[in-house]
Amino acid sequence: MDPGTRKSNPFFWLCLASGALVLAFILIPILHLMMRPSAESLGRAVTDIDVISAIRLSLATSLAAAAIAVIMGTPFAYLLARSSFRGKRVVESIIELPIVIPHPVVGIAILSIAGRGHWIGSALSDLGIRIMGSATGIIAVLAFVGLPFYISTVKNGFEAIPPRLESVSRSLGASVSQTFFRVTFPLAARSILAGFIMCAARAISEFGAVIVVAYHPMNAPVLIFERFESYGLDGALPVSVLLVIVCLMLFVVMRILTLQRKWKT
Amino acid sequence: MIRIAGLTVRLPGFSLTDITLGIPENQFFVLLGPTGSGKTVLLEAIAGIEKISSGSVRICGLDVTNLPPEKRGVGIVYQDSCLFPHLCVSDNIRYGLRYRRGNGAGNVQRFDELVDLLKISHLLKRKPATLSGGEIQRTALARALITGPRVLLLDEPFSAIDQSFRAELQQLLKTLQRKSGVTFIMVTHSFSEALSLADRAAVLQNGRVEQDGSIMDIFKKPRSAYVAEFVGIKNIYPANFRGLYAEVNDGMIRMGDEAASGHGYIAIRPEDIILSKSRLSSSIRNSFPGTVRSVFDRGYTFEVDVQAGETLYRSLITRSALVELDIRPGQDLFVSFKATAVHCF
Repeated sequence: MDPGTRKSNPFFWLCLASGALVLAFILIPILHLMMRPSAESLGRAVTDIDVISAIRLSLATSLAAAAIAVIMGTPFAYLLARSSFRGKRVVESIIELPIVIPHPVVGIAILSIAGRGHWIGSALSDLGIRIMGSATGIIAVLAFVGLPFYISTVKNGFEAIPPRLESVSRSLGASVSQTFFRVTFPLAARSILAGFIMCAARAISEFGAVIVVAYHPMNAPVLIFERFESYGLDGALPVSVLLVIVCLMLFVVMRILTLQRKWKT
Repeated sequence: MIRIAGLTVRLPGFSLTDITLGIPENQFFVLLGPTGSGKTVLLEAIAGIEKISSGSVRICGLDVTNLPPEKRGVGIVYQDSCLFPHLCVSDNIRYGLRYRRGNGAGNVQRFDELVDLLKISHLLKRKPATLSGGEIQRTALARALITGPRVLLLDEPFSAIDQSFRAELQQLLKTLQRKSGVTFIMVTHSFSEALSLADRAAVLQNGRVEQDGSIMDIFKKPRSAYVAEFVGIKNIYPANFRGLYAEVNDGMIRMGDEAASGHGYIAIRPEDIILSKSRLSSSIRNSFPGTVRSVFDRGYTFEVDVQAGETLYRSLITRSALVELDIRPGQDLFVSFKATAVHCF
């Protein structure tokens, strides 16, 4: 739309109205949430040992899940970005399954293979690894829900690197792995970091899958739910605000990292 | 010698078919052909980047068909910026040194020589994003040559460079090839670029070699209508051959040699066609009366189309000849050319 016709065009006003509505819908509840708790109740929350350990657990499990995504997902994302094969679409759809499966079902699915009745469960148990009611279990479900976000971000990052750069590196004498570590990885580092933060942000907000696998140890969303159940809105608000602040910090860091100048190729 | 034998590369929607070429060492070899003729695929097959379906590539006696790119000793310079964007010019150039046998002092010397020759010593600390097209290609050349490849592949290295800087870089490339003694294989779709650089060349079309040989042979004796059209011969006519004569439209044209088959094409380069006011009484066998149809200004030369009987000839003449003969459309004159200027195929 050119500027001259904009103001007289009803469609332009419709688009503008929809934009205002969406922004208001997102911002009003969050801003209201942030304003509502008193400084005193926030102060109490900050010193509440349960709140601190819940947020700490949330952060630690989310970062661990994101680290697992980096280790498990990076080579796979590279493979998807660089190769075409029969059934690639199917594989890509499988990766996105965790996004569409209802979250409590994710928890139930993980639990169902983690029990003694399943060979994986008994193998884990033999190794002394417990899923039900443990931080390990929380990390497992968080990695499950976070992986699709990591893989798609990093795959896009790898796809943005011209394959010819890798060809040139090979022609200069570098092997496949040397090329990956000297050219591809440095150029994809920013997307890997962005994917890591996307995955961690997704994981830190997970509630449905976590509560099925581990009510205790209690992470922040489960604690918020528990406070809400026991004390109502006012009991849940201070913890919620603290968790939002932590999430916002992650989000801001991600925006800063991804908005920085891209490599000109 | 680089020997490519029966090389076939199958890609979705395109195949490079049965390429057989011998490229002598220390030469400047050019692969000619239009966009989509398979030049880049052939380069990448030689480099080991594109998978070969069948056939073989031997470089200096070594069969490299199944070797990965890093073991072939083949450098490559692409048309667009393929410098590593996260490394400065100096680090880009040194990239391959750690995989190269040789001592540090020798490497430093090579580095200095190349940087000097390519006139990029003032750019060493710069990142690729801040360089011009010409500076990028100079850096890419230094980076490829410092590793001492046996063969350097160049994929249209001038296409992203301002016209005004091309001549200089072409000259530089020629110098580099002579000094380094490396075999250069360059892809281009510009025949004039090939003419000014190459010792030998091959013309590709639709994934096949149409003709290969010395650049002058390709220019003077195109073996197919496609090659003739490609190298700029505008006078191409279907002909029936009878001994030393070619029957074209309503006329008989004398040739230098007898044709191999009874039917084919003849081609005459426009600059080999002489225009005159009277019939030439020299050794020139072909001389026909005609009428000027049109005159095109081509800058340094003029293209004159002359209708002689049913055949339209295009001649390339200088400005002074145009003035001297007072050539203008509608004028009657004679079209003459030597029998040896007629190429049949």
